[in-house]
Formats: sequence, structure tokens, C-alpha cells
Amino acid sequence: MANLVHMVAPARRVPPCADTGDRRYTPVNGGARFLLRLREAAIGPAAEALGIDLAVPLNRASVVNSRGAMRLSPDEWLLLWPETEAASVAPLLAARLTDRRYSLTDISHRQTGLMLNGAAVPDILNSGCALDFDLAAFPVGMVTRTNFFKAEAVLWRQDEFSFYLEVWRSFVPYVWSLLSIVGREYPE
Amino acid sequence: MLLIPCPYCGNRPEIEFAYGGEAHVVRAADPGQVDDAGWTEFLYCRNNPRGDHAERWRHAYGCGRFFNVKRNTYTDHIEASYRIGETRP
Amino acid sequence: MTQAYRLAAGGRIDRSRTLGFSFDGKHYKGYQGDTLASALLANGVHLVGRSFKYHRPRGILSAGAEEPNALAGVGCDDAHYTPNLRATQVELYDGLKAESQNRSPSLVRDYGAVNDLLWRFFPAGFYYKTFMWPRKAWTKFFEPRIREMAGLGRSPQTPDAACYAQRFAHCDVLVIGAGPAGLAAALAAAKTGARVILCDEQAEPGGSLLAEPDAVIDGLPAADWLKAALAQLAAFPKVKVLARTIAFGYFPHNMLGLAESLTDHAGEPDDTSPRGRLWQVRAKEVVIAAGAIERPLVFPDNDRPGIMLAEAARIYAERYGVLPGRKPLVFTAHDSAYRTALALHRAGCAVAGIVDMRPAADGPYAAAARRAGLPIYLASTVSGTGGRLRVARATVVSLAGGAEQRIDCDTILMSGGFTPSVHLFSQSRGKLVFDATLDAFLPGAPAEACRVAGAGAGLQTLKEALESGAAAGAGAVGGAAVTYQVTNAPLARGGFIGVVPGHVDPTSVRAFVDYQNDVTAKDVSLALREGMRSVEHVKRFTTTGMATDQGKLSNMNALGIMSAELGKPVSAIGTTTFRMPYTPVPFGYFAGYARGELFEPERRTAIHGWAAERGAVFEDVGLWKRARYFPQGGEDMRAAVARECRAVRGGVGIFDASTLGKIEVVGPDAAEFLNRMYINAWTKLQPGRLRYGILLREDGFIIDDGVIGRVSETCFHVTTTTGGAPRVLAMMEDYLQTEFPELDVWLTSTTEQYAVIALQGPLARQVIEPLVEGADISAKAMPHMSMVECRIAGVPARLFRVSFTGELGFEINVPADYGRSVWEALMESGLAHGITPYGTETMHVLRAEKGYIIVGQETDGTVTPADVGYSGMIGKAKPDFVGKRALAREAFATQTNRKQLVGLLTADPALVLEEGAHIVADPAQPKPMTMLGHITSSYWSETLGRSIALALLRDGAARTGETLHVPLESGDARVTVVSSVFYDPEGVRLNG
Repeated sequence: MANLVHMVAPARRVPPCADTGDRRYTPVNGGARFLLRLREAAIGPAAEALGIDLAVPLNRASVVNSRGAMRLSPDEWLLLWPETEAASVAPLLAARLTDRRYSLTDISHRQTGLMLNGAAVPDILNSGCALDFDLAAFPVGMVTRTNFFKAEAVLWRQDEFSFYLEVWRSFVPYVWSLLSIVGREYPE
Repeated sequence: MLLIPCPYCGNRPEIEFAYGGEAHVVRAADPGQVDDAGWTEFLYCRNNPRGDHAERWRHAYGCGRFFNVKRNTYTDHIEASYRIGETRP
Repeated sequence: MTQAYRLAAGGRIDRSRTLGFSFDGKHYKGYQGDTLASALLANGVHLVGRSFKYHRPRGILSAGAEEPNALAGVGCDDAHYTPNLRATQVELYDGLKAESQNRSPSLVRDYGAVNDLLWRFFPAGFYYKTFMWPRKAWTKFFEPRIREMAGLGRSPQTPDAACYAQRFAHCDVLVIGAGPAGLAAALAAAKTGARVILCDEQAEPGGSLLAEPDAVIDGLPAADWLKAALAQLAAFPKVKVLARTIAFGYFPHNMLGLAESLTDHAGEPDDTSPRGRLWQVRAKEVVIAAGAIERPLVFPDNDRPGIMLAEAARIYAERYGVLPGRKPLVFTAHDSAYRTALALHRAGCAVAGIVDMRPAADGPYAAAARRAGLPIYLASTVSGTGGRLRVARATVVSLAGGAEQRIDCDTILMSGGFTPSVHLFSQSRGKLVFDATLDAFLPGAPAEACRVAGAGAGLQTLKEALESGAAAGAGAVGGAAVTYQVTNAPLARGGFIGVVPGHVDPTSVRAFVDYQNDVTAKDVSLALREGMRSVEHVKRFTTTGMATDQGKLSNMNALGIMSAELGKPVSAIGTTTFRMPYTPVPFGYFAGYARGELFEPERRTAIHGWAAERGAVFEDVGLWKRARYFPQGGEDMRAAVARECRAVRGGVGIFDASTLGKIEVVGPDAAEFLNRMYINAWTKLQPGRLRYGILLREDGFIIDDGVIGRVSETCFHVTTTTGGAPRVLAMMEDYLQTEFPELDVWLTSTTEQYAVIALQGPLARQVIEPLVEGADISAKAMPHMSMVECRIAGVPARLFRVSFTGELGFEINVPADYGRSVWEALMESGLAHGITPYGTETMHVLRAEKGYIIVGQETDGTVTPADVGYSGMIGKAKPDFVGKRALAREAFATQTNRKQLVGLLTADPALVLEEGAHIVADPAQPKPMTMLGHITSSYWSETLGRSIALALLRDGAARTGETLHVPLESGDARVTVVSSVFYDPEGVRLNG
């Protein structure tokens, strides 16, 4: 039989998002994601190794050259990385943090991003998220884990009316359907 | 829905949290040194006060941290929240 | 006869827009701006319902949320039908279809009205005493009959076709009620730039200002001031005004539930846009400006259609241009009813008289009534009423005694004064304080950040309402107080609670206290005679205040009766707790979007689509959809599962195991952490090896299990059960953060990072081998319970050699987005080997043949490792692990009859036992039988050609060979106790 070993790595298949015609929502496919966990003392060295500021306040993100580090917990960062540079992350950290007192876990396929743009987006999010999206309470640049209906979500405010939402892959159809239904209450 | 002050993230809606039972129930460093009565007490016996109650919550849909809250079980008023390891106010 | 009671001019209705509607099949006309109640009254219809218990004819009593009688079912069809709506709150639209309730066959001829003739036999608490014997008759006869006779509207029988919306919102100040106080509060708060939400239950904001033709505020007629105030509010960008929005519940930490009606007023149902929206508002400060509710007077036969509240009558006349009657008799203990009499007099009614309980009435309204020549009977009372389906007369008598005077009338308009609406304040746990001068409970010390303004705080003039509102709104956000100039709005005084005094034997008449639950003054007295003293007991015995109107009209009068009979002041009796909702809210508001496929997330694996395309039958496992079996050519489940089992045992099967929980445990202390969590020993497990782990709760009982692989010195790949994944991660985090914070180890859920494909069967290696890069997977290089990182079908993978079937097996973990591609490559590779996809049912059968447990099936939270024969897995040298100390308790050591895992074989090999069935020693013993254990798993084993079962059985380990019995509905089944491993007990096949 044919030797299948050398078949080319197939394309990534993300969970389906039915076309709803709502131009405010865009699935953001691909990209690499890591969860980085470490103690206070390792923040500096890790930041140097990765070339990104990790000492941002809790629930804030730092962004450098299309790399993002979101501090979701005092000791937890969600790293959003270009897929092409993903392979270097682990070696960079391993070279610097030789005591191995950290955890870097590839979760590129665990979750998917959705970009939400539009003046009604804060209201739409408030259908299933109990946070206050007033700019004073949830300023631009804030990112946090929270819930959207019965799904866990990471929500990052990139602009007053632009939010980046990450949910676990199996929740994507559920979240997408709800966004679509609620979106109808706020015509584009 | 309560508004719970996470010591790390600030006030957040209760829906983001998971309740963790009574606080300051200490698991012995060496359980083998605890007698049966003591271990039974640790496993099963909890205060159930009408009034001030120190209790654990986890900001499960947030920073993920466990912390303690001093809540009045009758009025639901939260007097304080503090990190694991900090002394009860 | 069309709208015979409609005035030619006046009111806020739009006479240019005529609307047709039907009530009980009869067609009427009304106008835009009407409620169902005002439109019915315009057509002279007062009889709109039958009462709850006695089926007495009842009419429209009020003009608002407090309406107890005029309950209607509204909707064009069953899917859009809402029962128990208050006609006073239903906005009229063209084509509205409404029906009355609790009558058969019709309002006019109602068979249930026989209850009214038998009323002496139905006092309060009658069902506690009357229907006690014979016992069976209660469930078989009395209860169904009573349920049929009593009660309110009918439930629709089809699913609600409407959809519903939900929203969380936040604000600095939530103002409840858009009457003068609420408007002033919202304006004062908005001026500081605060975020304000102002909600009002009515279609139009304005409250009392909507029926205020006289007052002048800051130089503007009230209606113009209202218009200006709303325009001002609309100009503030941070102010949201929600009309048709009722604040129904006050929850802790200033969270309020609001129900906003979106389409009910619009007529034609549009099922694609939401009918209503549930708001959950978190407010920094709350201003309650909910107003006050007029009290009925409790006098004999005070419930005939045509008897209504005086202020409601004035609202119908001034706001809706409707006369409730042409010959009204006013009965009052409060000045405001004089204002009603004057308004109706001006509108052309022949006021039959004003009966005032008070010895004197000298307020400005009374003076004006006197000037208008209206007949006034001071220090007098109404001692009875007459008229079958509509009040036609009243008897009036002086409180000093003397002859009764019969007065003909077509309506009686009553006023016992006003009860501040303290419901929401009370829901918030704020303390109520009784004010003896007002005969009212007023808001005292608040429990939340909330203020009360206007009539709800007991303030009685428009000026006070406005200024208290402004003070509350400003105070909530640190703004400045405001004063208002108000003219033509004089103070009206008075009020009465309890039973109206008179000269009739109180036991021979019925004077209703609670209209909705048909509770009379006599019932309250009876409760006191029966020994009830607490207001809570009286409430429950009589059911007063327990109807859907939450005692809005009845509470104070019931307290007044108690006070008089017990000789105690109301303040010493106290009041009952006000409960949410303030008015009923349809279930759909609470369900919101969570219905049908969106009731809960339906989690699907990366391979789901492949299985669905091949006709797999799915089952729910937690939130996941898992392929249960893959029927071919019309197979039923048993045939499909038998084929799938044969394929795995004889060739190779492929299974989607992606839903298994996965946790990456990383850090220098990873092994130590697992040592402390799992019963097993982990330190010596070499990288590249797997071990089956058991996790206990601190009480020693099994909570989860799973295979754990050591990826490297500092990294473990932990698997959990499908349903247990979040629970196990939370438990581990708990111990890590609170008990072992010194450990350098971190946990990350990778459940969804990997798609997991199990290949099981003697030919499994042949299928995988051609796809593997970077690893030797031969039996020698990769034995059972080992793992390797490699590439499979070009994709980076963690390959486990592991088996949950007892056959040679592999589990392939690949990044989820590649899951389906790898699956398809394996299918292609396996084609020549007859590869067969199998589902969870086959997985269950195969593992049961091997005696492998499933947590939650063989365990139920009371099973220890020893109970399932896993004691040997415990790391004996470990000083501690979660559950170790509990297992050492004497209670476990001395207990001899614990249930233990065994296998059972039925005498009849074709009989598959029911899971959950009990096991007994002697099937002939009397019931209830002594249960020795129960069946945990039971299947047809295609491999063995017979049925098999696993069970938890008392002293099971010592019972091997015993014959026991399983009583089934179909008869007794004889079983033999055997080992729980039915197939390949030596495990030879694992090592293929």
C-alpha cells in the first residue's frame, strides 16, 4: 500500500461558523496560543526571553509586533503568537529559565478567536456576560477571562467598539449562534 | 447575583465564581498524626452560622484564584475579601 | 352600542385610531392608548371574571398592577397565549383576543357559582379539615376536583412561539417608577453626568401626571412639564428610559430584575424579534419611586362588578376618557375620593352621593364637592350592596345608627386611603416602620444602597413627591437638591384600615379583604379564633396576600382586622415579607435564549462531522455529543454493537476518544504533586511510560480515574473521565493553591487541544505503522502502557500504547484542528484491514468484558479502591495522598459487609439484566427485601455469546460461586457470582 508517512501536514480545520451575514463578527482562524505559568521571580527573565513585557497589570495585555501576552491571572499569561514563530517559544524559554520552574503549554487548537466590531457590540456582549462595558469599568486594553452565557471566554477590548473573544473550540458553534441571534436585536 | 470582590480582579459578578465552602478548615500537614475523631471533624463538620461566615470562593471564570470572603449569611453583605494565607480580618 | 361610556373629548387616547378587539368572543371597539380594561369599561363591560373560590362575578377594581379581579388570557392562538394578565395593564391593539378565566361555560352562567351558595362550607382552611378522610379520596377525588374548580387561567398547551431577550446592565442610579418623584430623581441624577436607568411599568412614563389636569409645576401644566422632563432626559446620552418595564425583584448587592415588554402592545406577533427582555441591572444606587396603591374598603358585598377604587375611576375618566358609570356612589375615608366625585360630576355623571366614614371632611376637595352640591353623608357607611352581575344599589346607614337608606347607583367608588408601595424596598430587606398617623408601613433603614421617594415614602403632595425625588436622585450621586413650585395640587388626607364598622352581624355577610384569593373579613377573624396570632400564620391559614397580586390591596386591611380583634397596634403585629415577583413575569423572560439547541452548549469533537456524515447515532455525555454506534444497512443498536465488538476483537476498530479530559501537569514538582493527589506512586514512573491512576476525594471514595503519561521529567499528560474533567482540574487547583502552594507545578486544561483517536484490536499496529514518523512502535520498543512523541500522518502527536478494550491498542493525541484529517488518514490506512469505526456502546461492552470500571457507573461516590479490587495500586510508601487518612479510619477497617465489585452470569445466557436492578439472596422473602447489592453494568457480550453483568455486592469477593437472585418485573433471574474479568483474565491480548 502507499506509504502515507510523508503526506503533507493537513490544513487546520476549525469549528464551523455558519454564515449569518452579520458583518460585525469575524472568526479569527489559525495562530498559535500558549499558556505560560510562572512565579513572580521568573517574570523578568521570561519577558526578556520572549521579547514582550509580561509585567503588565492583571487583566491587561501587552502587544509587540503581532505578538500578544494577556495577563489573565497573577501567574498566568495567554500568549497569542504568529504561527510561523510558534516553534521558537519553547526553546527560548527553556534556554533562559533553566531551573524549569515554569509551565508553557501549547493550546493553539484548544480555542478559537472571534473578532467583534460595531457600536452595538458592548450591548450584544451584555446579553450573556455580566460585566460592565462602560469605558471607565472596562477600558480599552483590558482583557479578562469571563463567561458568555454558558461558555468560558477570554475577552479583550481592543477599541471602544472592538472586542476580541476567545472560546474553547467545542463552544464555538454555541457562542456563534448566540451572537447571531442577539445581533438581530441590533441591526447593523 | 452577588457582587464579589476578588482580591485580584476587583468586583465581579457572582456568575464568574465557584463557591468553595467554609474557609480556614486546615488540612493537617501530617494527616497520619490526626486521630479518627479529628479527621472526621475535618471531613464532615462545618459551622453553619447565621451571620458572619468566612468562606472560600474561586474566581473560576476569571483569574482562577481561590480566596476568602467574609460574608454575612443573613444579609449577604460582604465585609471583606482576602487572599489565601492572609489572616482573617 | 359602541363605546357608550366614552367621553367625547379628553384623555390621552387617540380617537383617530379605532381598534377592534374581542373579549370572550364578543367584538368591541376601543382606541389607541386604551388598556383592555379601559376599553371594556368604555363599552360598559364591568363583569370580567369569576372569583377564585366562590366563583363570584367580579369586575374591574383598579387601573394598574394591583388589579386582583380582571385577569384575562390574551393571545391570538395557543402558542401566543398568556394567561392571568391584568386587563388594567394589557395595552389594546387591533385584533386583540382576550378571554375571561375561571368560569364555565361563560361569565354570565357559571356552574362553579354553586360554590357561592355553599359559601358557609368553604371558610378559610376548609381543605385542611374537610378532605382528610378517606385518605385515598384526597388524591383520587377531592384534589383533582378542587384543582379544576379553583385556580386562575389555563396553561397554554403548545410551546411558546415567542422568543425572549436578556441583558445585563449597569448604572449609577436606577430609578424605579417614572411618576413625578422618579422623573425628578432621574433629572437630578442625570444633571451630574451619571449613568441613569429610569424604568416604568406603563406604556407611557408619567405615573400620576398622566391623569393630572389641574396641577401646575414650575409654571407649566403637569402634562407639559412631563413632556419637557422627558425631552430633557432624552437629551442626556447616559440616560436610558425603559417604558413597559416592571421592576419585579430586588436581589442582593443592588441587582434588580426588570421585565421589559417589547411586542405585547404591538398586536401581530413577530416571532423573530423578542417579545420581552429580562434586564439584570446592577446599580450603584437605587431610587424607588413606586408610588402608592389605593386601598379598598372592607364592607359587606364589596366585590360586585361596578365597585371599584375611586382613584382608578378618576384615572379612567381623565386619562382614558371613560366613565365607569353614570350614577356613581362614592364611599370613602379619604379626601381624594371627593376629587373623583368632582371629576365625574364635571364629566356629566349624576353622582348619587358621597358616603364618608369620617365625622367631618373639610379639605379643599370636600369643600369643592359641597359647593358643587353633591350629596354628602358624613359619619356614614355602606352596609350592603345589591345587583346580580353589576352593582345596582347600596344601603347607607349612619354610624350613629338609624334607618338604612337605599341608594340606587351603577358604580360604587371606594377609597380607604393609600398604601405606600414598599414591595421592592421590603424585598431588598430594608426595614419597614409603621407610621400610625398614616396607618401605613414606611421604608425605614435601608439594607442596600437605596432611597425611596414620593408617595412610596408616605409623602402626600405633588410638591413633596417632586422634591423628595430630586433629593434622592441628587443624593445618590452627590448632586444638588432642587425645589419645585407647584400649584393646584392640594393635600388630600384620610384613610382607614380594617373592617368598615357597621350594624350588621359580621358572620352573616361577606366583606372581601383579598379579592384574588377570596378571603373575607370573617376568614381573618376565624384564623384568630383558631388561635393564630402571628401575621405569618394568619396569612398561611387564610391565604390572604398570597395570590399573584402579593397582597397589594389586602395586606393593610388584614392587619387592621387583626389589630382590632387582638387589641394590639399594627406596629406590634408587623407585616409579612413581600416576595418577588412584584407582578408575575412569563417564564420565557427567564429562559431567554436558552431553549432548543441553545439550552446548553452542545459540544462536538473535531471528528463529529465525519461520524455524522456516516449516520452515527449520538448520545449525550455531559455537554458532549458522542457517537454511540455506527449502524450499517438498517442495523439496530444490538446488531451494530455486535458487529463493532467482533471487529475490535478480531481485527481493528477506531474510536473517537477526544472528549476524555486532559490536564497538562508541568513543573519540577509535578511528580510530587501527583503523588499527593492520586493513590498511585509516580516518582519512579519513567518518562515515556503510562500508569492508570485513581483519584479519591478526601473522604476516601473514588472520584475519578484515568491514564497518566509521563512526557518528561517535569511534564505529565493526565487524562480524566469525560464528565469529570472540569471537576478534577478544579480539585487539583484547590489543593495546589490552598494546601500545597509551595510546589512548583502548574495545571493547564488540554482537553480541547487534542483530538484523541483510539485504535484497538490485534491489527491496530498495522494500521498506524505506515503513518508514523520518528518512533519505533514495535511491541518490543513500545510495550503496553508506554508513550512516545512522534508525527502521525504528518502531524505532531503523542502516541499512547494503551487499551480500554483488552486488545492491543493505541491512543493518538493530535492537535484538534488536525483531528479529522488524521482520522481520515487512519481510515484510509485501515481500509485493507477492515477498520471499523465504533462508538461508546461498543467501548462500554468491551471494557465490561475486561472488568474495567467506569467512574460513575461502577462507582457512586461511596466506593473505595478496595471495593473495586484496586488496593494494589495504592503507593504504599507514600506518607500522604488525598483520601489516604480517610481510608485508614477504623470505620473502614471494621466494616465487613462493604459492597464489592463482582461479575454476574445469568442462568439464562440470553437474559440481559437491567442496570440498577437489586440483588437478593431469597426472591421469596417478604417485601421490602434485603438488598445485597445492585447491577452497575449489563450487556450482551458478542465475544462470549452470552450476557454479562458487573455488580456491587455485599461481601462480593467472598461470594464467588454463590447463586443469588435479581427480581425483575419479568420475574426472578438466577445469577452466579463470578470474577469481574470475563475475558482474557491473564491479559495476554494486551501484549500483542
